[in-house]
Amino acid sequence: MAQDGQSTELTASGDHDEVETLSPGTAVVSSDAVRDPGLPPHRLRVTDTDPKKAKRAERVVYTLFYLSLAGSLFAVAAYMAFPIIPEDLLSVRLNNMFIGVGITLALLGIGIGAVHWGKALMHDHEAIDLRHPVRGTDETRARAVEIIQEANEESGFGRRSLIRNTLIGALVAFPLPAVVLFRGLAPEGEDPVELLENTAWEAGTRLARDPDGTPIRASDVTIGSVFHVIPEGLAEMEHMLEEKAKAIVLLMRLKPEDLNEEESKKDWSYNGIVAYSKVCTHVGCPVALYEQQTHHLLCPCHQSQFDVANHAAVIFGPAARPLPQLPIAVDDEGYLVAQSDFKEPVGPSFWERH
Amino acid sequence: MSTTTEDRPAPVAEKRSGGVTAAASNYLDERTSISAVVKEFGRKVFPDHWSFLLGEVALYSFVVILLSGTFLTFFFQASMVEVEYDGSYVPLKGVEMSAAMASSLDISFDIRGGLLMRQIHHWAALLFVAAIGLHMMRIFFTGAFRKPREINWVIGFVLFILAMAEGFTGYSLPDDLLSGNGLRIIDGMVKGIPLVGTWISFLLFGGEFPGTAIVGRLYTLHILLLPALVLLFIALHLVFVVVHKHTQFGGPGKTQQNVVGYPVMPVYAAKAGGFFFIVFGVIAFLASFFTINPIWNYGPYDPSPVSAGTQPDWYIGFADGALRLIPPHLEFVLLDRTWSFNIIIPLAALGLFIVLALIYPFIEAWITGDKREHHILDRPRNAATRTAIGAAGLTFYAGLWAAASSDIIATHFMVTMEGVIHTLQAVVIVGPFIAYFLTKRICLALQKKDREIVLHGYESGRIIRLPGGEYIEKHEPIDEYQRWKLVSYHDYKPLMIRPNSRGKISVGQKARASLSRWFFEDRIAPPSRGEIEASHGDH
Ligand code: HEM
Ligand code: FES
Repeated sequence: MAQDGQSTELTASGDHDEVETLSPGTAVVSSDAVRDPGLPPHRLRVTDTDPKKAKRAERVVYTLFYLSLAGSLFAVAAYMAFPIIPEDLLSVRLNNMFIGVGITLALLGIGIGAVHWGKALMHDHEAIDLRHPVRGTDETRARAVEIIQEANEESGFGRRSLIRNTLIGALVAFPLPAVVLFRGLAPEGEDPVELLENTAWEAGTRLARDPDGTPIRASDVTIGSVFHVIPEGLAEMEHMLEEKAKAIVLLMRLKPEDLNEEESKKDWSYNGIVAYSKVCTHVGCPVALYEQQTHHLLCPCHQSQFDVANHAAVIFGPAARPLPQLPIAVDDEGYLVAQSDFKEPVGPSFWERH
Repeated sequence: MSTTTEDRPAPVAEKRSGGVTAAASNYLDERTSISAVVKEFGRKVFPDHWSFLLGEVALYSFVVILLSGTFLTFFFQASMVEVEYDGSYVPLKGVEMSAAMASSLDISFDIRGGLLMRQIHHWAALLFVAAIGLHMMRIFFTGAFRKPREINWVIGFVLFILAMAEGFTGYSLPDDLLSGNGLRIIDGMVKGIPLVGTWISFLLFGGEFPGTAIVGRLYTLHILLLPALVLLFIALHLVFVVVHKHTQFGGPGKTQQNVVGYPVMPVYAAKAGGFFFIVFGVIAFLASFFTINPIWNYGPYDPSPVSAGTQPDWYIGFADGALRLIPPHLEFVLLDRTWSFNIIIPLAALGLFIVLALIYPFIEAWITGDKREHHILDRPRNAATRTAIGAAGLTFYAGLWAAASSDIIATHFMVTMEGVIHTLQAVVIVGPFIAYFLTKRICLALQKKDREIVLHGYESGRIIRLPGGEYIEKHEPIDEYQRWKLVSYHDYKPLMIRPNSRGKISVGQKARASLSRWFFEDRIAPPSRGEIEASHGDH
C-alpha cells in the first residue's frame, strides 16, 4: 500500500526526469518504471519528400481561395438576383438558399484552403516549449509577501482594526439598496397570491368557444364532444392574456352513467356536461388532448393524465392534483354559464396554496 | 519563453529597410511595443490532436453567434405590445401578436438574408452548446482537469451553464407559441420552489404570467448581461490556457516539462484560423438548407393551444426530462403550505448532479493526494474508475435527455407512454450503475491487453507449426514508439491510513481511505523495466 505523504521514495524516480518536490499522494513512483527512450517526436510527410506532391498541394490551396472569392461575389449577386417578393414563400426560400450557398462557399474556401496550407505545405517541424511550474519562484513569492506586508504597514490595515471593520461593514451594506430596488420588477399594491386565487369566471359568466368567443348552448354539446372554452367577453378584458392563462376550460359531455362525481359536487355538472380547468396542475401547460373512449385528458408537456370520468384525478405523470372543476349551470336562454369562479386556485402549485 | 526549434532554415532576410510593411511595423512598435507580443506569443507551441479542436469549435461558434446576433438586434423589437401582423407571411396576416413575434416574422420573410441570419444564429447556438459539452467530456475523460487546471474546469463549467441560459433566453425572445410555452413551464417550476417561488415568478414576469415585461427583460439578459459574462469567462479561460500551456498526450518526446507541437505562427494560426472559417461555413450550410425553429408554423403565443410532440432545444432536454420522470402525487400540504416535491426533487437532483460535476477535480485530488502538476493526459482506460464514473454520469444525463422525448419515442416505436416512462425511470436509476460496472471492466481489460502487448508483443497473424506438430501464432514485439506510448503513465495505489500524531484516525481520513480503495483497488500496474527485460527471455 502506498504511504501517503512519504516523499522520500520519490527521489529515486527516474521515469520522467522530474525534479519532484511536491507530494505525489498515493501515486506509485517506481524506480523500475520504463525509462523515456528519448525518441524524437517527428516523422516526415509525403509533401516533404515529393516536390510534385507539394506543387499539387499548392494548386489545391490557391484554387480554394479563388473558389472562396467566387462564393462571396455569388452571395452578393444572389442578394440582388433573388429578392423577396411580398407574399411569395418560394422567393424567401430561394433568397435564403442562394445567399447561404454563396456565403458557405466563401467561408469553406478560406477555411479548407488555410488548413490544407498549414498541414501540407508549411514547415512541418514541431517545436518544443519548456514548461515552468505555474507557481511563482520562491523569490517572486517572497517579494509579493513583502509588498503586501509593506502595504499593510503603510496603510495600517491590520493595525487600525476599527477602520478596517467599519470599512468591511460599509462594503457589505452598500449593495443592499440594489436588492431593494428589484422590488420594482412587479407592480406594487398587488398580491400574487390573491391574483392566483381568482380568475375571470363569475356567477353567470357564459361559457364561450375559444378562440372566437361565441357562447355555447347546452344543447350544442353532444355526448362525446369536447369544447375549448373561455369566458364570454374575454377579448375585451384589460389583461386578456393573463386572464386567459388562468381561465381556459375544457368542456366535455359524458354519458351520465360513465360519470363518477363526488357527492358534494353533484350539482356542478349539467346533464353529463362537465367543465375542468385546462391549465395543468403540474407546471401549467394547457391540457389539450382528450381521448374520447377512455375519457382521459393528456398534457402534452410532461404527459400527466387525468381521468375526466373520475373528477379529473391524476392517473399518470408528474402532476399531483386533479384539475379544478368549474361549477356550471344553464341560464334562461339555454346557454351554459358558470355558477361561480373556481373553488380553488387553478394551474401549478405554489407555496401559499392551501 | 524558451522555445527551441529543430534545424530550421535561417529566416529569409527581410526586404531592405524601405518596405511598407517594415515601415508600418516600425510605426506600430514605436507606439505599442507590439514586437514584444510577437516575440512572446508568435512561436508559442500548441500540440495537435483532433479532440483539442472541440474547445475551438465552441469558441468559433460563439463568434458566429455574436456576428449573427448583432445583425438580428438591428431588426428585432423586444416588445410585447399587441400589433396586428401585416407582413408577407399570408397565413398569419391580420393576426394579433406581440411586436417581438411580428418583428421576428419580418426578419424571416421581409428582410433579404434575414431568415439566413436567424437560422445561422440558431444553428450556431445549438452547435455552441454541443461543442462545449463534448469539450467538457474530453477534459474529463483525459484527466485534463488535474492540477494546475482545476480552476479552469470550474470556469469552463460556468460557461456551459451560461451557454444554456443564453440559449433559453434566446429561444424565448420571438414570443411564438413554443417560446411562450417554455416560459409557462419555467413559471410553473419557479412557483413550486418553497417559500420564495410565488414571489420570484411575480417579480420575474412583472406581475402575472405572461404579462408584458418578460421579453424585454430576457432581451437585456440575452444581448447584454449574459454575453458580457460569457466573454469575461472565455477571456479568463483562455488566459489560463496560456498560463498553463496546453496539455498533451504522452508519447515520444513528450514529457511533463515540455509541450510539443506547432508554433502559433504560422502553422497553428493557419490551421486554427482556417478552422474558424470551416466552422462558420458548416453553420452557414446548415442555415441555407435546414429550417430551424419555424415560428411561423407555431403562431404567436396563446395560453390555450398546444400541439403534441413539440420539443425544447436539445440542451434543455435533460431538465424537461427530469420533470417528466417524477412519479405522480409527490405533493402535499403541510403546515398550511404546499410542498411540491414533484418540482423540488428534479430541481435538487439536477442541482446535485451539476455541483458534483463542478467539484469533481477537487474530489479526485483529495482522494489521490497528488500535489504534482499534470500536463500529460491520461488515456481514459488508464484511469478506469474515473472513466467509469464519467460513463455513469453520462448515462444519467442521457436517460433524462431521452425522457424529454418520451412521447415521441412512444408514438414512434408504438409502445405505451407508461412503458417508456417506467423504462427511462429505470435507466436513470439503475443505468448509471450498469454503465459504471461495464466501463470499469472494459478499461481494465484494455489495460491488461496493453500490458500483454508490451510484454509479449502483438499477434502478428502469422501461424507457425512447431516441430512437435502444434500450431502457434507468432507474436511480434512492438516498436519503441508504441511501447513508450503504452507504458508512460502514472498509476495510484489505494491509500493506507495511519493514525495521526495523537494516535487517532480521523473520519475524513477514513472516508478518504475508502474512496481511495474504491478508486484504485483493482488497478493494473504498468509493466516495469524489469518485467520487460524478463519477458525478452520468453521469445
Ligand atoms: C452564447 C450566446 C447565445 C446563444 C446560445 C443564443 C441563442 C439564441 C436563440 C436560440 C435564439 C432564438 C432564435 C430564433 O430561432 O428566433 C436567439 C434569438 C436572438 N438572439 Fe441570441 N444567442 C446568443 C447570443 C446573442 C447575442 C450576443 C446577441 C446580440 C448581440 C443575440 C441576439 C439575438 C436576437 C436579437 C434574437 C431574437 C431574434 C429573433 O427571434 O428573430 N444573441 N438567440
Ligand atoms: S405541465 Fe402538464 S404534465 Fe407538466
